[in-house]
Amino acid sequence: MQSEIKFAGFGGQGILLIGKILAHAAMEEGFEVAWVPSYGPEMRGGTAYCTVVVADRPIGSPIIKNPLHLVAMNGPSLEKFAPTVKKGGIIFVNSSLINFGSGRDDVDEFHVPVMEIAQKVGNVRAANIVCLAAFVARSGIVSMETLKHCIKEEFANKPKLIPLNMAAVDAGEEAAKK
Amino acid sequence: MAKVLMKGNEAIGEAAIRAGCLNYFAYPITPQSEVAEYLVRRMPEVGGVFLQGESEVAVGYMLFGAAGAGARVFTTSSSPGISLMSEAISYICGAQCPAVFVNIMRGGPGLGGILPSQGDYFQATKGIGHGDCRLLVMAPASVQEAVEMVMMAFPLAEKYRNPVMVLGDGLIGQMMEPVAFPDHLKTEPSNKDAWSSNGMDHRGSQTRNLVRSLFLDPTVLNDNNLALKAKYDRMRAEEVRSEAYNIDGDYQCLIVSYGTMSRVCRTAIDMLKAEGIEVGMIRPQTLFPFPEEAVGEAASKASCKHVVSIEMSMGQMVEDVALSVLGRVPVSWYGKCGGEIPTPEEIIGVVKARIAGKE
Repeated sequence: MQSEIKFAGFGGQGILLIGKILAHAAMEEGFEVAWVPSYGPEMRGGTAYCTVVVADRPIGSPIIKNPLHLVAMNGPSLEKFAPTVKKGGIIFVNSSLINFGSGRDDVDEFHVPVMEIAQKVGNVRAANIVCLAAFVARSGIVSMETLKHCIKEEFANKPKLIPLNMAAVDAGEEAAKK
Repeated sequence: MAKVLMKGNEAIGEAAIRAGCLNYFAYPITPQSEVAEYLVRRMPEVGGVFLQGESEVAVGYMLFGAAGAGARVFTTSSSPGISLMSEAISYICGAQCPAVFVNIMRGGPGLGGILPSQGDYFQATKGIGHGDCRLLVMAPASVQEAVEMVMMAFPLAEKYRNPVMVLGDGLIGQMMEPVAFPDHLKTEPSNKDAWSSNGMDHRGSQTRNLVRSLFLDPTVLNDNNLALKAKYDRMRAEEVRSEAYNIDGDYQCLIVSYGTMSRVCRTAIDMLKAEGIEVGMIRPQTLFPFPEEAVGEAASKASCKHVVSIEMSMGQMVEDVALSVLGRVPVSWYGKCGGEIPTPEEIIGVVKARIAGKE
C-alpha cells in the first residue's frame, strides 16, 4: 500500500503545515512517511506545494509525478495538478476560491468552502485545518483521533489556538459527509 | 526508540549535537540554511556555540582552528560554499586534524541552481583541495541515514585525524522523514592528545603538538604524505560501505546509484520486477572509499550484461564504476542535473534499452 497526497495552493494558506501534520499522523499510526516540499526562489504569495507519501513499506522514490490524491487550495493548483492525479484518487477543491471543477470523471472529486466554514468556527486562518480534516475524513488515511492528537501537538506552544482548531476539525469532518 | 518527524537539515543539526559536537560554524546558503536556523536556537540550549563566519573561506579556517585546539567541530554548506572552504580542507588534511563537513549539494557549475544535484562527486572524492589530500565521503539516501552518517563522522574523523564529508543532495536536506538518534552512535573524543595544541603539561608530554601543513624539507614532506597515503589505504581497507538491492536473481543489468537517485532506482527496479525483468543495484554508502569490490563482484555475475551508473550529474561516478568493473561488461551512464531528477519510468526505459544492447 502506498498513497501520495499533493497539497497545493499559495504561500500563506498553511499548505506545508497541513502536509506535515498528515505525515506526522501517519507516522504515529506506524506508516513509513516522507514529506517533500517544493522549494525554489519563491516569493510571498507565490505557489506553495508539498507531497506526502504514506506507505506500509520503506519508501522508494519520494519524488512523485502522479499522486493518488490532490488537495487544491487555489485555482492555478487545480488546473496544474488535476490532470496528474491517478485514476480512483481524491481531488479536494477549496470552493471558497475555486469556482470550477477538475473535469475528471474517474476520480472522487469533492468541493468544500473551507474559508467560509473556518470563518463560522471562529477564524478564517483555520481554513487549512478544515481542509485537512475534510480530506482525512474522506480518504481515511489516518483516524480522526490521531489527526486531532497531532494537531494538538503542533499547537502545543500556542494552547489558546487548540479549541479553534479542534472546532475546525469537527467542521471539516462534517463537511466531508455532505 | 521513539521516532520524530524532522526535516533533513534540522535532523543533521540535531545529529551533530547528539554525537557530542558543540561547535558549529557556518554561513547560510540554500538548500541547507535550515541547519543554521535550527542550531542558532538549539546550540545555546546545550551549552554549544554557533558562530556565523563572514564567508565560507573564514568558516573553513574557523574549523581548522577549533580542530587544532582539540574541539569537535563541524560545518554545513552547499556546493559553492564548499568550494570556498576547499583551501582550508586541504590545510586540515595536511595538518592531520579531524573535522566534519556536510555538503547538501545544489546544481552547478558556478552558482548553478538551488535544486537537488549530485554534481560535486568529483570534488568530494577526488578534487577537494590541492596537494595529496582526500576526504572520507559518506552519502545518505534518507534522513535517518543522514543522521547516522553525521553521528559516525566525528569518531571517523578522529580515528583518521582527517576531515570527513557527508555528501547529500538538496532533497535529503529539504525532505521530512521519521528519524531516531541512536544512542550507541554517541562517542567521546578519545585521542585528542595525539594532535591538539592542548598544552604539554596537560598531556604530561615532553613533545609539542604542532598544527601545521608546511614542510619545507622534501624528505619530511614526502614522509608526511606517505603517512597520509597509508591512512587513505586504511580507509579503503576498513571503511567501505555499500548496500545491495535485488542481487539474488539473474539480472541482466546492474544499476549503481547513490543518495536520492538510488531511491528512484529502487522504485524502478520494483516496477521492472513486476514486469518480470530482474535488475540489481549496488548503492555506495561511502563514495571514497568506493565499493569497488561490491560493484565488481555484482558485475561479474554470469547473467549480467551491462552496468549503468545513474546519477544526478553528467557522468562522474561512472568513472569509478568503470574502474571497478574493469572491462568485464560494458559500463554506461545515465543522468540529469540541475534539479531535474530522472523518473522511475525514464530509468525503466534506459534499463530496457541497455538490455537490448542500445546505449
